Amino acid sequence: MLRRLRYHIAVFLSVIGPGFITAVVDNDAGGIFTYSQAGAKYGYLPLWTLAPITLLLIVTQEMCSRMGAVTGKGLSDLIREEFGLRTTFFMMALLVLANLTNVMANFAGIASSLELFHVSRYFSVPLAALLVWVLIVRSSYARIEKIFLAACSLYICYVVSGILVKPDWKEAAIYSVRPVLLFEPGYLTMLIGMVGTSVAPWMQFYLQAAVVEKGITAKDYAESRIEVIVGCIVMSVIAFFIIVACAGAIWSVEPRDITDATDAASALRPFGRYAFLLFSAGLFNASLFAASILPLSTSYTVCEGLGFESGVNRTFSEAPIFYGLFTFLIVVGGGVVLIPGFPLVKMILLSQVINGALLPLILGYMIVLVNKKRLMKEWTNSALYNVVAWAAVIVMSGLTVALVGISVRRLAGLN
Amino acid sequence: MADSLLYLTELLGLPVFDLKGRTIGRVKEAALVPLVDPVRIDRFLIGAGATWLTVRYDQVKTISLDGINLTDEQLTPYHSDEYMLRLVRDLMDQQIIDAHGRKVVRVTDVTFDIRRLENYTGLFVVEVDVGLRSILRRLFQGVAPRRWIRRMQGPISPNSISWEFCNIIEPDPMRRLRLNITPAGLQKMHPADLAEIVEDLGPEGREAVLAALGSESAAETLSELDPDVQASILESMEADKAAAIIEEMSPDEAADALQELEQETTAEILEEMETEEKSELTELMEYEEHTAGGLMNTEYLAMPEHTTVGCAIDSIRTNPDSAEAATAIYLLDEMDRLTGTVTLGRLLMAEPGIPLRELAEEPLHKIHAGQDHKRVTEMFDKYNLLSLGVVDENNRLIGVITADDVISLLRWRR
Repeated sequence: MLRRLRYHIAVFLSVIGPGFITAVVDNDAGGIFTYSQAGAKYGYLPLWTLAPITLLLIVTQEMCSRMGAVTGKGLSDLIREEFGLRTTFFMMALLVLANLTNVMANFAGIASSLELFHVSRYFSVPLAALLVWVLIVRSSYARIEKIFLAACSLYICYVVSGILVKPDWKEAAIYSVRPVLLFEPGYLTMLIGMVGTSVAPWMQFYLQAAVVEKGITAKDYAESRIEVIVGCIVMSVIAFFIIVACAGAIWSVEPRDITDATDAASALRPFGRYAFLLFSAGLFNASLFAASILPLSTSYTVCEGLGFESGVNRTFSEAPIFYGLFTFLIVVGGGVVLIPGFPLVKMILLSQVINGALLPLILGYMIVLVNKKRLMKEWTNSALYNVVAWAAVIVMSGLTVALVGISVRRLAGLN
Repeated sequence: MADSLLYLTELLGLPVFDLKGRTIGRVKEAALVPLVDPVRIDRFLIGAGATWLTVRYDQVKTISLDGINLTDEQLTPYHSDEYMLRLVRDLMDQQIIDAHGRKVVRVTDVTFDIRRLENYTGLFVVEVDVGLRSILRRLFQGVAPRRWIRRMQGPISPNSISWEFCNIIEPDPMRRLRLNITPAGLQKMHPADLAEIVEDLGPEGREAVLAALGSESAAETLSELDPDVQASILESMEADKAAAIIEEMSPDEAADALQELEQETTAEILEEMETEEKSELTELMEYEEHTAGGLMNTEYLAMPEHTTVGCAIDSIRTNPDSAEAATAIYLLDEMDRLTGTVTLGRLLMAEPGIPLRELAEEPLHKIHAGQDHKRVTEMFDKYNLLSLGVVDENNRLIGVITADDVISLLRWRR
């Protein structure tokens, strides 16, 4: 009995990684801004959305990791095998575009978080880009995963800074379970933004590929599922503390719009050096983390879907397209941040539009794939799970499309 | 570009004309019947209205980019045939193993050779296309005219794999037989290369490849894999098949692989094995993973210390199993205690009459089964060893650690 328990714990520890990393990276520079904004403007009111967001995230992530474990193939592989090359190609093209802008946003996060410490972006961005490039190209998957897990643990910064701000815990607790709907455009936009940014197309590809790469099989799946669920919960706990920190530091003083995540960090200064330090360090960590994982995941996904050689354990000449794409994403993603007057906000809005167009498609394909008996054997969705999954996809897609609408309006407004 | 080439992307959608030049339908699929001919397209499946018709290879008069002309009009409706390898369904976008380039690739297109023969015009599979050029063809297939696509792809260099090196991965053993799928060139590959291929595949593909290899090559391939990949492969196999492969592995590797498995699975596999190998393995598995005992192998050459050089050489020669283990001979006294080692080089150069005892290396290196890995690597490093005897508390020889075990150990620890 004890031996069995020990075995299960050992298996759990051995499957830790994919689900955790994917869910946590979801709180990248963009995510942190969305949550900070929500807390700064509406205080504790938006907290209730975290529970349904977690549920949506778990449903979508769980299907991907299950597909990875059972089929041993990545999502782009499966889409290619089942839906053909043309579908895959256009999906990959959109994914590259969306992720490129995402990478830009995260390099911008690196630049602005370090500027809080008076480090010039002309110094920080090239250095970070080089660091990311060397880190990925020079190490094995196992080592990269360890580094990523270490980066995940640094998200504790947000928990501590949230506590240092001394928010109103009673309010926080009440509004975490009491849904509040205000029918004003700002509030609705914020809600849509929170849900819309919580599931991104790249996550589905990354998670499934990571599950495969780690060699998780249908047999270890019970443990892997727990890992995915725990990862999603951790993600929303971090989001909770970001919202609470901004609610305590900004909203309780005077509710307002913030311009970016560093604006939120600066607002934490009155609550002590550490609150400010940790919040900005958290932003830096999250941006750097996402800036490493996004180019890597994109190159993997594209190369696997289109059948080019891929993998960090191949050389540059063996996998030229893999390394080429990876380098392109980092150089362009980091480079544009250094161009004065580059329309970065526009690009980020554009990225949300592309993500929003892509996500319903990908989620739809996922449910079709996960229900194929030939691929999944006895691991297909149950009827009830399918109802939940379709509902999740429809809600998610509806909200993302709404976010697309908002982004398009803003884009038009910028001109 | 030679006119005699045709791509599968071009074949699909080609109009098929009857004797009077009227269009019957368009090509939807091409199929090989490998039992009859592994390269000639045997059937063309034609979409005509709601049904599919079958055109046999010898009903084709001409094939060109403009269409297919038939010699007769007696077409039968298509019904699924288990002996057919359908190129679009079974090959396009699927993974195959390129035995020449030693990697797993995904098929984007297929290139045929159009051959004008006496009574018909045949299509013969030449190579499978991967890479940018074929992707371009796929993207524009059915959108742009065929001749334009040919012109567009001109500047891109082709990336193809000759059909004879292509290994189709078919998980169903019955279908493998019916489709006459034999591993083309896989057996000639080094197990380490095979292992890399196996690692790239999903569980179904892994099983298919290992099953096609036979248990001996499968065991060698498995030995080259990461312990956790080994475990996941063995776990997904039937216990008797897993046992057959485990029996072919060297005992230390087999024991390591079994230790990674869940206990029930290990028990099931051991149940299927022969008694002798089973007891050897269970003994090895007694040792903790991180000790010299967990690392050692039980395949070694041991002889009584008074054996003469001549006898020793004879006994090595007559025992075919000793070839792999013959890097050193371990000398034992009458209580099976380790008293010395003799390297093969020394043995060959010595006079036949003298006893092995006199050739023994000084000083004697050995390690206790309970010592940890660190001590093992230290000894190999310090004394430049190729192999090292492992003894129990009574100094009896129970196994041997060889340099390759130490190298793997250092590699996995990284």
